[in-house]
Amino acid sequence: MSEITPDLVRHLGVLARIQLSDDEVTQLTGQLDAIVDNIAKVSEVATPDVVATSHPIAMSNVFRPDEVGQTLTHAQVLQNAPDSADGRFRVTAILGEEQ
Amino acid sequence: MSDIIRLTAAELGEKLAAREISSVEATQAHLDRIAAVESDVRAFLHVNENALAAAGEIDARRAAGEQLGPIAGVPLAVKDVLVTTDMPSTSGSKILEGYMSPFDATVVARARAAGLVPLGKTNMDEFAMGSSTEHSAFGPTRNPWDLDRIPGGSGGGSAAAVAAFEAPLALGSDTGGSIRQPAHVTGTVGTKPTYGGVSRYGSIALASSLDQVGPVTRTVLDAGLLHDVIGGYDANDSTSLRDEWPSFAAAAREGASGEVLKGLKVGVIKELPDSGFQSGVAASFRESLALMEAQGAEIVEISAPHFEYGVAAYYLILPAEASSNLAKFDSVRFGLRVTPEGGATVEDVMSATREAGFGPEVKRRIILGTYALSAGYYDAYYGSAQKVRTLIQRDFDQAFAQVDVIATPTAPTTAFKLGEKIDDPLQMYLNDVSTIPANLAGVPGISIPAGLADEDGLPVGFQFLAPAREDARLYRVGAAVESVLVDSWGGPLLDRAPVLGGAR
Repeated sequence: MSEITPDLVRHLGVLARIQLSDDEVTQLTGQLDAIVDNIAKVSEVATPDVVATSHPIAMSNVFRPDEVGQTLTHAQVLQNAPDSADGRFRVTAILGEEQ
Repeated sequence: MSDIIRLTAAELGEKLAAREISSVEATQAHLDRIAAVESDVRAFLHVNENALAAAGEIDARRAAGEQLGPIAGVPLAVKDVLVTTDMPSTSGSKILEGYMSPFDATVVARARAAGLVPLGKTNMDEFAMGSSTEHSAFGPTRNPWDLDRIPGGSGGGSAAAVAAFEAPLALGSDTGGSIRQPAHVTGTVGTKPTYGGVSRYGSIALASSLDQVGPVTRTVLDAGLLHDVIGGYDANDSTSLRDEWPSFAAAAREGASGEVLKGLKVGVIKELPDSGFQSGVAASFRESLALMEAQGAEIVEISAPHFEYGVAAYYLILPAEASSNLAKFDSVRFGLRVTPEGGATVEDVMSATREAGFGPEVKRRIILGTYALSAGYYDAYYGSAQKVRTLIQRDFDQAFAQVDVIATPTAPTTAFKLGEKIDDPLQMYLNDVSTIPANLAGVPGISIPAGLADEDGLPVGFQFLAPAREDARLYRVGAAVESVLVDSWGGPLLDRAPVLGGAR
């Protein structure tokens, strides 16, 4: 069995910036436990001598010429913003009272 | 049903070039079909109100004597994961409802430049996470073969649109089988190109090291024609390959004679035993192999001992990459914003927005990915999964030293009932057991119709895999097997699909 607990799921929700209801925490705890039990088998064959592959087709140092290409206009950048003011994205307070 | 919508894209392209049909007529015929069957199929999230105008422009260019490409004027359905300037792009999520992209995905821009007429945006599992389209925030698509069954996923909308003759061509994206598995359950054709063969620019990222855009069609030749349009190097995608690609349509035409099957070495994986597949799926696969053998192909048993770890590795790598990619949906620059009552900080707003905007499967995978990447677990999970990727690549290398292509059934079962697996994520994940290894290794794969399963009369797909960069081989072999099978059936498999458009 893995070590997925409701507290861990709640903590992961905070890290992932997803508010989770108690029902969601209960459901996710059971589901993740089963999933993690299954996927943990990767460690059976992942021995130290095997190199890791991050990318299916190996490439390195992909550069482009340092030239100004197509860019979005200010209006295009802001057109989907939930809120904006003075040509900037507007958000609520960054810091809470206790901070 | 209008004859126009039964034409393949290749046939329609010829009639358009010969001016027997105009693009406006072809587009109108498909819009009429959409109007007639969408209440049953629900393949589209959005239908393009400017489609006829775009078609008219192609007709005008042709009338002015301009030389256009082989499928100019043919309508195209676009998976909603691809951003478009003239239609909303949601990736099947509430968090992006109404989002209008300031730019076109490269594949969409290339399709427009080739004269294809975008008909609309097709339904999909939210952010392409799923195998049934049931995880779409906008409701499921239904399988044209049986409206109570799933059309596959994540690209169920594109596959259903093509199978229901709502579009001759569609674009899909395949991260673990999202083009090929829907093709399997709908009796259509789908290709996942070599990783880097088609630009991902403007494809809303799920797992960047696995995602690949590709064609969804009714014939292998049509897939080659669409692949020719969308493929090739793109400076906007830093993983794009600089290879000079041959014409995939030419490869399909060359393959259709069946000559390629003589002496072709076809690998069958011994670790994917028939017992793991529904009996009708296994039987259909064996029959197709026997037909290939009768045409001169040699069936060779190969070993791929690490494929059985593929699903496990995939469900570590994908959530890890997805949890990072989906961090951008933070309520600041685009998408939904939900503000809790009373003086909330920006972090509270983010958490409330993501709670309200993401569906259960997306939350599940983000939480799983966050876990797999957390300190203390990274090496055991994500690091090990990346090693499995190496082992699966080695399995492919060893196999392709012995055989030209590998063949598998595309998925373990035919289309299951809507709702049947929605509450069992592990069962849902196993749908991708045969398709995932190609994504992990970056090799190309194609699924073509193999027949109908005896026990339920539903379509079964046959998957071919080839070495990286050998996509043309898939089109040659796929077209050869397709022509042998269609001959043996006396017509395309989709001729046997039930008639749609009646009241339900």
